[in-house]
Amino acid sequence: MIVLGGGNTAMDCCRSARRLGGEDVKVIVRSGFEEMKASPWEKEDAQHEGIPILNYLVPKSFQHEGGKLTGMTFEKVKAVYDDKGRRSLVPTGEPDESFECDQVLVAVGQENAFTWIERDIGIEFDKWGMPKLDEKTLQSTLPRVFFGGDAALGPKNIIWAVAHGHEAAVSIDKFCQGESLADRPPPHMNLVSQKMGIHEWSYDNNVVPDARYAVPLKELKLALKDIRTEVELGFDPQLAWKEAQRCLNCDVQTVFAPKLCIECDACVDICPMDCITFTPDGEEAEVRARLNAPSDNASQDLYVGAGLKTGRIMAKDEDVCLHCGLCAERCPTGAWDMQKFYLEMTHAGPGCRSRETPRQAA
Amino acid sequence: MTYLAKPKLHHPDLPKNALGLTRRDYEGTISTLCAGCGHDSISAAIIQACWELAVQPHRVAKLSGIGCSSKTPTYFLDKSHGFNSVHGRMPSVLTGANLANRELLYLGVSGDGDSASIGLGQFAHSMRRGVNMTYIVENNGVYGLTKGQFSATADRGSKSKRGAVNTDEGIDLACLAMQLGASYVARSFSGDKHQLVPLIKGALTHPGAAFIDVVSPCVAFNNHEGSTRSYDYVRHHNEAVNSLDVITMHKEITAEYPPGSLQEVRQHDGSVLRLRKLADDYDSSSRIAAMSYVQSHYARGEIVTGLLYVEPDAIDLHEHLGTTMRPLNELGDKELCPGSAALAQFNASLR
Repeated sequence: MIVLGGGNTAMDCCRSARRLGGEDVKVIVRSGFEEMKASPWEKEDAQHEGIPILNYLVPKSFQHEGGKLTGMTFEKVKAVYDDKGRRSLVPTGEPDESFECDQVLVAVGQENAFTWIERDIGIEFDKWGMPKLDEKTLQSTLPRVFFGGDAALGPKNIIWAVAHGHEAAVSIDKFCQGESLADRPPPHMNLVSQKMGIHEWSYDNNVVPDARYAVPLKELKLALKDIRTEVELGFDPQLAWKEAQRCLNCDVQTVFAPKLCIECDACVDICPMDCITFTPDGEEAEVRARLNAPSDNASQDLYVGAGLKTGRIMAKDEDVCLHCGLCAERCPTGAWDMQKFYLEMTHAGPGCRSRETPRQAA
Repeated sequence: MTYLAKPKLHHPDLPKNALGLTRRDYEGTISTLCAGCGHDSISAAIIQACWELAVQPHRVAKLSGIGCSSKTPTYFLDKSHGFNSVHGRMPSVLTGANLANRELLYLGVSGDGDSASIGLGQFAHSMRRGVNMTYIVENNGVYGLTKGQFSATADRGSKSKRGAVNTDEGIDLACLAMQLGASYVARSFSGDKHQLVPLIKGALTHPGAAFIDVVSPCVAFNNHEGSTRSYDYVRHHNEAVNSLDVITMHKEITAEYPPGSLQEVRQHDGSVLRLRKLADDYDSSSRIAAMSYVQSHYARGEIVTGLLYVEPDAIDLHEHLGTTMRPLNELGDKELCPGSAALAQFNASLR
């Protein structure tokens, strides 16, 4: 059995094949192992079940005898990158490789096909056959029709599909109320201090350096016997607690109040990641270069506090912050605080409607 | 203070020194001083200075007395030798240790109570003997451990947190050190590491008695209106006379300055103290001129900081006494017991 493809679907196919009686199952992908689309843990699980993943092999031909599939031939390739970083797979010139098989599962992805939508009902399509949409409202050129998920903007994951569902619901609500779809209220946002005492926070701020704890798995022999058997046993309470300790508390933000700051350097001295600097103001690129630790990730904004007594600014490189809260514990004036960030997206219903719209009489 | 240990994780690009150590390798346990204490900044400056000089941690002996400041050696250089002495007696313990093993780097850390009150006599004699050491006083002007009474260095006329006015004259330890013969005297501010770190590096490489008076605000008891040791007061009245670069033997000299503005002091070990003048009329090679400058500016309410005085050809205690060049623990029976012929010769020399 050969599974073609390197995504999570291919990982599902090969593992299901093992459970349905496939003894010699292998995955063959065009790209390199590292560039495969499948999640690392999915690849790990497939390999754990004795499924080899062979990379840099491009399908060339199927072999068959007497109307029966007997094997496949692959061309060996290598990845070559041009100066723009684009990859092309170039034949290595080595002899082709052949593998025997009696089944091939093709898991190389699917495409949208809207052949079932009549082209004369008012929904326009672009040159790739995708519906023309307003990306924000998800409304098509036929105002009563909305799209979501892979059908809207091409293949993405289920999280995007759910987000599309929420956005489309807001659009439909406003459409039914006769409001402008473009006029959408921003999401609700909140920051709440987590301080409970001088050294006490309502979140666990102790940073542990532990590596990831793997989820215990069912014994391989038993797991492969039955396709309905769940493979991951889940954490027991002790292991779950340990794994939860690794949480980086990304929702807890360091919030700085320049007015309270006396510039004592306590936060600078205690920060384990050297991410806080008090320095004269300047252009961003130049300020980044003279922070206490280099701040190279320009896609992550610097957090800047201005209005200090000395005229300097506080610049914090959020890229490496551990959210340990030691800056706030060491701050004598409470200029630093750890605050939990909460984001609530706008939901369909009265909350998403504009306030100016007069209510209709019941 | 905090109950959590500082996470061992550090910045992925944290640089390493010549010994392959990061700055974090020079840290100690987490500080238990009050949040915002100037002393913690001085500890951070000592860590930075030792890292930049690539000092081998096990070649350092850190000694202290009693007080908030004297607690701080726990918070830096945890792989170094340490001695927490009786109140005010750090200088004599340090002198003794130095006599026994002249090859270690001696770092004395003390406070204004420990050095200017109970230990003033000890302080004075270690300075006049020229013990080869770096003596840092973390000077906050109050007794922080006993709730903020004025210390002996508090300025006359300054106000306590509860409003009482100090009627006693304050001791200027930097001037005292100059007068008593220290060969490297500096003053700095815990809130200015750009100035403090090079001064500590200069002191560590100086082959004689080096003294640094570091103004270090006590956030709990001496950071209010009317105090002359608050962050705001020191920032407003700080008059830096020069800025220092310490150039060790291994480092190439690249920076360029306009002629005349630089003074270079070459030390015994080959390191160079490069001073850039900030006050035109300041001369750090004259003890008397330095004392007079510091005193006259003090009368105007200014705190003079920088490298106040340096004597490049300093002579230390061992040279005064003509002691052996080797640490005592390296001497064997042969050196310690040279035999009856040597004894007879020695006795004859006294007859």
